[in-house]
Amino acid sequence: MIKVTIDDIEVEVEPGTSILNAARQIGGEVVPPAMCYYSKLPGTGGKCRTCLVEVAAGSTADPRPMPKLMASCSTAVMDGMIVKNKTSQRVHDNRGGVVEFLLINHPLDCPVCDQAGECHLQDLGYEHGSAKTRYKEERRTFDPIDIGNKIKLHMNRCILCYRCVHVANQLTDSRVHGVMHRGEHAEISTYIENAVDNDFSGNMIDVCPVGALTDKTFRFKSRVWFLKPMEAECSCTKCSGKAVVWMFGNEIYRVTARKDKYGEVEDIEDKTAWICNECRFDKKDPSAWNITGPRKIDRHSVISQGQYATKIDKGLNKIG
Amino acid sequence: MAGRKLLIENVHIPGIETFDVYRKNGGYASVEKALKKMTPEEVVEEVKKSGLRGRGGAGFPTGMKWSFLAKPEGVPRYLVCNADESEPGTFKDRYLMEKVPHLLIEGMITSSYALGANVSYIYIRGEFMYILHILEKAIAEARANGMLGKNIMGSGYDLELVVAPGGGAYICGEETALLESLEGKRGNPRMKPPFPAVKGLWGCPTVVNNVETIAAVVPIVNNGGEEYAKIGIERSTGTKLISAGGNLVRPGVYEIEMGVTVEEFIYGDDYCRGIANGKRMKACIPGGSSVPILPAHLVTKTAAGENRLMTYESLADGGFASGSMLGSGGFIVFDEDQCIVRNTYTFARFYAHESCGQCSPCREGTGWMEKVLHRLENGHGTMEDISLLEEINKKIEGNTICPLGDAAAWPVAAAIRHFREEFEWHVTHPAEAQTRNYGLIQPRVEEIKAL
Repeated sequence: MIKVTIDDIEVEVEPGTSILNAARQIGGEVVPPAMCYYSKLPGTGGKCRTCLVEVAAGSTADPRPMPKLMASCSTAVMDGMIVKNKTSQRVHDNRGGVVEFLLINHPLDCPVCDQAGECHLQDLGYEHGSAKTRYKEERRTFDPIDIGNKIKLHMNRCILCYRCVHVANQLTDSRVHGVMHRGEHAEISTYIENAVDNDFSGNMIDVCPVGALTDKTFRFKSRVWFLKPMEAECSCTKCSGKAVVWMFGNEIYRVTARKDKYGEVEDIEDKTAWICNECRFDKKDPSAWNITGPRKIDRHSVISQGQYATKIDKGLNKIG
Repeated sequence: MAGRKLLIENVHIPGIETFDVYRKNGGYASVEKALKKMTPEEVVEEVKKSGLRGRGGAGFPTGMKWSFLAKPEGVPRYLVCNADESEPGTFKDRYLMEKVPHLLIEGMITSSYALGANVSYIYIRGEFMYILHILEKAIAEARANGMLGKNIMGSGYDLELVVAPGGGAYICGEETALLESLEGKRGNPRMKPPFPAVKGLWGCPTVVNNVETIAAVVPIVNNGGEEYAKIGIERSTGTKLISAGGNLVRPGVYEIEMGVTVEEFIYGDDYCRGIANGKRMKACIPGGSSVPILPAHLVTKTAAGENRLMTYESLADGGFASGSMLGSGGFIVFDEDQCIVRNTYTFARFYAHESCGQCSPCREGTGWMEKVLHRLENGHGTMEDISLLEEINKKIEGNTICPLGDAAAWPVAAAIRHFREEFEWHVTHPAEAQTRNYGLIQPRVEEIKAL
């Protein structure tokens, strides 16, 4: 075990752990945001640059600071490393810069975007974005396309995190879904709008940090914060059958995998509980599910109703 | 007197591109010497002694890079030659490969032997298809004469040399993007670490070297590392190919001894012979489009008033405030009629076009800079745009996966640093800026003495 200090908090982690995962072991405020890294998908990370942190001391053996800010998701910790995240103004400024970059071409269509309320870019925008844009030019636009009959791709909203590419790569033998073109013109696509023909393709929607990939069976049906997330199980032969159903009254509006506070699909019995397309898109009848109880959403977002309740409780207590 | 030439000494000999003529003129002597008389470690040692530094731009000591190569048992090692020369202003590797293809092949054999590679690659830029044919012809000749294949010159050493063309993306000149592209994937740079010396091509230890670096191994092995180190000044040893371009009387590829003064190089009779059409110099980019631009008064003299030399150290003297870099040796000179804003816009457009789009600061930032510069150049800019450019710069620099982000940010930052008044003039005189160029930076201009 090696010792690393993040924002003045010391933690012991396994050798080879990334700074981001060490910070997640501490939890709370010291965890850098991550838009592209996804711990369940090998090979992700390093691209969005929102998780940049300052390494004030490389290790006990070589305590020099690292000159550049490092991507915490892809930098391994060293014994005696001192990392600054929240405590570094430089990190705050540069992360703000990255958020600005991510937003210059991102449409301000949150009012009609299905991801609103559970969007990681929205969270980042609140924390780091400024109220006005300095970008005067026309934003780049693409036409929405269908990836199969159940998934809609809004390339305008995409931040090119490559998570869905990694999902598709792991699902299929041949390359069917990837990034085309370069630089500003880069876009996620299937070659000539082919469907990704796989029973688990719907998981692309779950890994998307923004509203670029949306569930066509749920689009425009309801805002997510009006729905009640419930833990549910079904006897599915393809997947674990353990999911979250989002209900309004007695109706199931959408089905997603069970996600943790970092937006990542949870492990159930040591296996990442991806859900199959049949569970996700077709089982909208409550009788198909055994609903076991409310799902606690532990995220800094409007969908964390429980969290809101506690905040209100605390506020009332203070007044009282 | 022009200095010694080690690489392009024999280009004038007719037929030097053929094996027989090349061999008659002392070619493949380094292969003979290395394979018959030296161990691989001894070759690496000579390269270390020579002080040779990477000629592709970063100037990292080659011997050190070679000694970092991991050597696990039973895992193949690779040498990859980076012939993806696409830096605007740099055309030295193209010249070298076109004129003396066997020099590169000889260097590849000697270097591969030193590194213990049995398959080596030359990754060549897709646009250089005609050079690919030249190289393949030369490789076939070398193979027919027993310089490639099994048991080279009876030494028991085997080597296959493969030329692989890229698709013509600038980003594939970055070593990890090059490896991705060579593996048949999209040319996105990889996250480092692991470095290629540990996990490179197909997950095996790999060294990636520039064409000129590999070619320089030939005279180093032939004459010994110490002899090579005698040329040059301090840590800049040997000779360097400079691709001189722009408003010069005699542009072209020059092989210089490190340590020639910049003044001699621009104005000397053996080199570029001054600025064309009797004009005065306005600015100079000494190392290819990615390095900071220098105004005339900082080109031949450093800020401290010393003569600036063609070395890694001297060109970088003064840091980013008043210095630049030797880079890949793409020496671009601007006369007084050139517009710095337009030039900066051209570069920004290049980098925006060539950004791979993998990481956010570069993908969004390069495009943004291009658009802001387009506004400034076309008379729609504001004073805020200039400071906006500076801020975008700061947010890109150092925050990207690979150096392309820095390479895109530095030229813009340097242009604003040294030519701010020209940018401001574009804002205050939008109509006039469309019809004439700003000319020399008036208050700072000093008489540049020709030799």
